[in-house]
Amino acid sequence: MSERSIGKKKSGGVGQLLIPLVALGILLLFNLIRDPGFYSIGVAVNNSGNKVLTGNIVSIIDSASELAIIAMGMTLVTAACGGQDISVGAVGTIAGSIFVKTLKAFPEVTFGTLLLAILACCAVTILFTSFNGTLVSVFKIQPMIATLILFSCGRSIAYWIVGSATPQVDSPIISAMGMTIPGIPIPTPIFGVVLVGLILAAIFRLTTLRLYTESVGVNQGAARLNGINPVGIKMLSFVILGICVAVAGIIGTSRMGQVSHKTLLIDIEMDAILAVAIGGNNLGGGRFKISGSILGAYIIQMLTTTLLAMRVDPVNIKAYKAIVIIVIVMAGSPVVKQKLTALWHRIRFGGAQAAASKGVN
Amino acid sequence: MSVKQIGKTRREPLTDSQLLMTITIGIFAVMYAAAMIFMGGGFLRTQQFFDLLNDNAALIIISCALTIVMIGGGINISVGGVIGLTVMACALYLNGTGIQDSTLGIVVTFLLALGIGLAFGVLQGFLISYLDIQPFIVTLAGMFLSRGLTTMLSVNPVKVTHEGFLALVKNRLAIPWLGYTAKNGNLIPAKLEIGAIVALVVVVLVYLMLRYMKLGRHIYALGGNQQSALMLGINVKRTRFISYVISGLLSGLAGFVFLMHKPAGNASVAMRSEMDAIAASIIGGTLLTGGVGNVIGTFFGTMILATIQKIIALSPLNESWWQEMANGAMLGLFILLQSVILGNRGKHRKADLQTVQKG
Amino acid sequence: MQDDAVLTMRGICKQFPGTKALNNVDFTLRRGEIHALMGENGAGKSTLIKVLTGVHEKDGGSIHVDGIEGEAHIHSPQDAQNAGISTVYQEITLCPNLTVAENMFIGRTEGQIVHWKDYEKKAAAILNNLGIPARPKQELSSCSLAVQQMVAIARAVDMNCKVLILDEPTSSLDEKEVEMLFGLMRDLKKRGVGIIFVTHFLEQVYAVSDRITVLRNGELVGEYLVQDLPQVELVAKMMGKDLNDMAELEQFGQKSAPGDEMVYEAERLSSSDSRPFNFRIRKGEVNGFTGLLGSGRSESVRAIFGADRVTGGRVKMHGKEVKIAKPHDAMKNGIGYLPEDRKRDGIIADLSVRDNIILAMQVMKGFFKPMRRGEMEQFADEYIKALSIKTASQDTPVGSLSGGNQQKVILARWLLTHPDYLILDEPTRGIDVGTKLEIQKLVLKLAEENMSVTFISSEIEEMLRTCSRLIVMRDRSIVGELTGDELTQAHVMKTIAGGERQ
Repeated sequence: MSERSIGKKKSGGVGQLLIPLVALGILLLFNLIRDPGFYSIGVAVNNSGNKVLTGNIVSIIDSASELAIIAMGMTLVTAACGGQDISVGAVGTIAGSIFVKTLKAFPEVTFGTLLLAILACCAVTILFTSFNGTLVSVFKIQPMIATLILFSCGRSIAYWIVGSATPQVDSPIISAMGMTIPGIPIPTPIFGVVLVGLILAAIFRLTTLRLYTESVGVNQGAARLNGINPVGIKMLSFVILGICVAVAGIIGTSRMGQVSHKTLLIDIEMDAILAVAIGGNNLGGGRFKISGSILGAYIIQMLTTTLLAMRVDPVNIKAYKAIVIIVIVMAGSPVVKQKLTALWHRIRFGGAQAAASKGVN
Repeated sequence: MSVKQIGKTRREPLTDSQLLMTITIGIFAVMYAAAMIFMGGGFLRTQQFFDLLNDNAALIIISCALTIVMIGGGINISVGGVIGLTVMACALYLNGTGIQDSTLGIVVTFLLALGIGLAFGVLQGFLISYLDIQPFIVTLAGMFLSRGLTTMLSVNPVKVTHEGFLALVKNRLAIPWLGYTAKNGNLIPAKLEIGAIVALVVVVLVYLMLRYMKLGRHIYALGGNQQSALMLGINVKRTRFISYVISGLLSGLAGFVFLMHKPAGNASVAMRSEMDAIAASIIGGTLLTGGVGNVIGTFFGTMILATIQKIIALSPLNESWWQEMANGAMLGLFILLQSVILGNRGKHRKADLQTVQKG
Repeated sequence: MQDDAVLTMRGICKQFPGTKALNNVDFTLRRGEIHALMGENGAGKSTLIKVLTGVHEKDGGSIHVDGIEGEAHIHSPQDAQNAGISTVYQEITLCPNLTVAENMFIGRTEGQIVHWKDYEKKAAAILNNLGIPARPKQELSSCSLAVQQMVAIARAVDMNCKVLILDEPTSSLDEKEVEMLFGLMRDLKKRGVGIIFVTHFLEQVYAVSDRITVLRNGELVGEYLVQDLPQVELVAKMMGKDLNDMAELEQFGQKSAPGDEMVYEAERLSSSDSRPFNFRIRKGEVNGFTGLLGSGRSESVRAIFGADRVTGGRVKMHGKEVKIAKPHDAMKNGIGYLPEDRKRDGIIADLSVRDNIILAMQVMKGFFKPMRRGEMEQFADEYIKALSIKTASQDTPVGSLSGGNQQKVILARWLLTHPDYLILDEPTRGIDVGTKLEIQKLVLKLAEENMSVTFISSEIEEMLRTCSRLIVMRDRSIVGELTGDELTQAHVMKTIAGGERQ
């Protein structure tokens, strides 16, 4: 070991975020060159007569909301359990169903019934994610396997709850939640992301959740011997994910004004896991950065919007997305980094280093 | 330490994977017997069982593919997408050949199917093994890519019109003595499709590979403890790479088999079948953590899923959401069962160890 | 290359980010000799071994192996195997899910087909020959650690290797097994195998080795015949210090007299892994649990800390009855516990040194009272200095530290909580002589400051030096308690071997 003095160099920090930041930068730059008008922001009047901001940037940030929220929860579960919950889309649909069902139980949507619906929604999703959490923490089942159960039957449960294909709720309150609040030109879902982000930030500030989660994720045996309850921490991560999923489900449902168990939050589990990975987090658990995952979510949405703006057929977007994903994760791969560094060194200091190693001999 | 006698005749206790497999086969037998008793009719005929094979040949093949990578401690969720892409590409190629009954056209189509699978296998295997990127992400990208390419080829369904292929597909292996006598007195033999035979051959080959080939044992070692495998002189990277190449090849083959069963391509072919394949592997006793699993168990895992499907299709509950619920419940049951059984065994082992140390 | 040399390493260099792990190191192994490779933690032993076995690529220097023309190019463990270099590591490097026979033959057979019958027959013969209590068809995970270790050696032995590297092979073996291993080593030596023996047990070096090479700070100190290098000098060379410190070691016997106040009392305490036992410790007392591996000494202290499921018994702290069912209860009652298996139960490898140090204290403060960053840094700094932990910074992941420094980090973690009663289970295992001494001194100092300490070690001498009372265990029961004049090696041995049950 080196005898270097203590506290000289601070590692970590921006390091993990470098790749996603660069990726986002390249995307931004690409769009700037392709079409400077891409970034124009305008004001328009929507169907309900509200003034709203329009433009690609606004729409990217707006439509990535559900993904960003779920990615935050997913990061915690990933960190604590070393695996991912692939049932978030299905459970989010259940959340939507409960939301609609509760609202429909009353003749009119008021703030009171809305609050009740939100609470009911959170309670039910927490119930479902706790089911996952119990399998993972108590029965020690791999997260992906445990959540495969709800992944395969969650949407059916959602359908069974509402009892019809696409029940609708029509109310200015709901459309305000899904689109814009009269008088505020910024889409409401964005506030949802900010709210969830702030709450999580507050939790990290006021509790030791980060340290505990990382400890459990890295070495749960050691964490237990230091008085941490790994089962509790894992359950907690699933509960927090549950709340995130509930919020995302409510936003998604409000946006559409209906819950469609076949399409609501479809494939969001895959995108959320991607967001976590693009954000530089280790899918095997341990240390994590939620900001990375949020960044990852916006990169994914930015990519989709860019492709759409380039008139790529929406059904083909997946293929392009795949390529960009591979490029990003390759850039983050330590092996690739090592190889590139070696190559760089050979080009730059090739001669000098060879001489130095000869000298040692 | 007590020095236990090295007993030559003593039978070893079942290993984890043998135990889990035995349970799976047992449950399948009980389930099928129950269906015979309570549902009667079709279930009393061999054809019903053969139909399970005929309808699920592609699923059986990709489940084998999944079992291989899962034993090696990996995952591959692109298999369904590769089936979709292969089916679409082959259907378009067959229709485009012009010569409607050429055998060559069919052979080339077959090679095309394997080629697509191989390409995905090699690409994904390279990224996962040599660049050390997380398999879930790589194969997720593979899934996106294959689905995207499928819709690029054609958004609309493509029906195969190639007569030679359609004729080939109609071939059945008829086994008279397993058949039954219809009401009009005719003997109707039990029929097995080519795809089902291919699937069974794949199961046997994969079993032999995993059990008796160096490659197979290296895959187990890799899943058991990667670091140890490396220290034991196993080329870990190459082994992992090959396991993904095989899974890619099998996915391509599954695509061809799928096309033989249903000669038409469309964007939603084999949608989410990767999850069914994972479920089948798990039900068959393969652990996602790697090192434990058996392709025979996987075969019965697929058969369990197929039987549930059949039972529900024949029952008054025939709605897709009942189907999904039943699948979920079955999966949950198996997962819990495995967790409890393995947990208990772990405890016994610990106790065993202590008595050995004591003695 | 010398005539009888099977392995010659010249000018080996290896650089890690921030450290020069090996600097121009030479090493020569001759046919039919047992060559001990000695050095403190971080001296470069492991790195040298890993370069030799292809786990790390060397940055400079050359390796010549007997039977290979010119330089041997070793880039992977496979290359090493092919060159006739086999390794048995401290951690079991076999696959738990395969059978014993398979573990012995996998990765080194010709052809693509596995001949199970062949494997099993050959394995049975080898196991029989070496007297290893395992069945060829048995799954490895069902064998005890010691047997697994032996299977690993059997594998290496069967490979007709020219160079056999034993990296800390005795850490998890009891004395009988160590003797068995030594017999095996001498046998191999006769057959002309060159053996590189890495260990921290000095007695074992002298019991079996012919030659010693000493490394320090990544550099070669020298190569000596065993009869030319007395034990004290070896230690001095390893530590790079004069013999003054060794003198210090002698006057170590100053044990502080414990007070009268009982700190901890347990009555018929039992856990899922230990039988009921009684135990008490006074304020400022250092006691020890001793006994052979598997005698239940670790299980007993785990029961005290609530690390295993507690199944019965009554516990008093400072005379007041308390309930300790899980580690958190023990911590709240002022008990600290440094576990036996540092890697598995101690460190949280990916987290920083700082996080690892403050972890226990933070947990005791509670979930809703996170420490401020400045506070953490201050504590970490203080203990890094106090225990002279060698780390690049507070932010360095603890996993990248050497074993001894990792152990110090865990010690710091518990010292920071200022426990009344500290349990140290094998705190000196697998760490270098210098740190061992530091830890022993620290234990006595803590006792002087009125902390009660339970100190467990496989090395009886160490315990005799530090403990004022020894509890002897056999077959998971306490069979004797030694104090005062009874604290001699002979007495302890006698009690372990044939003491009456309590």
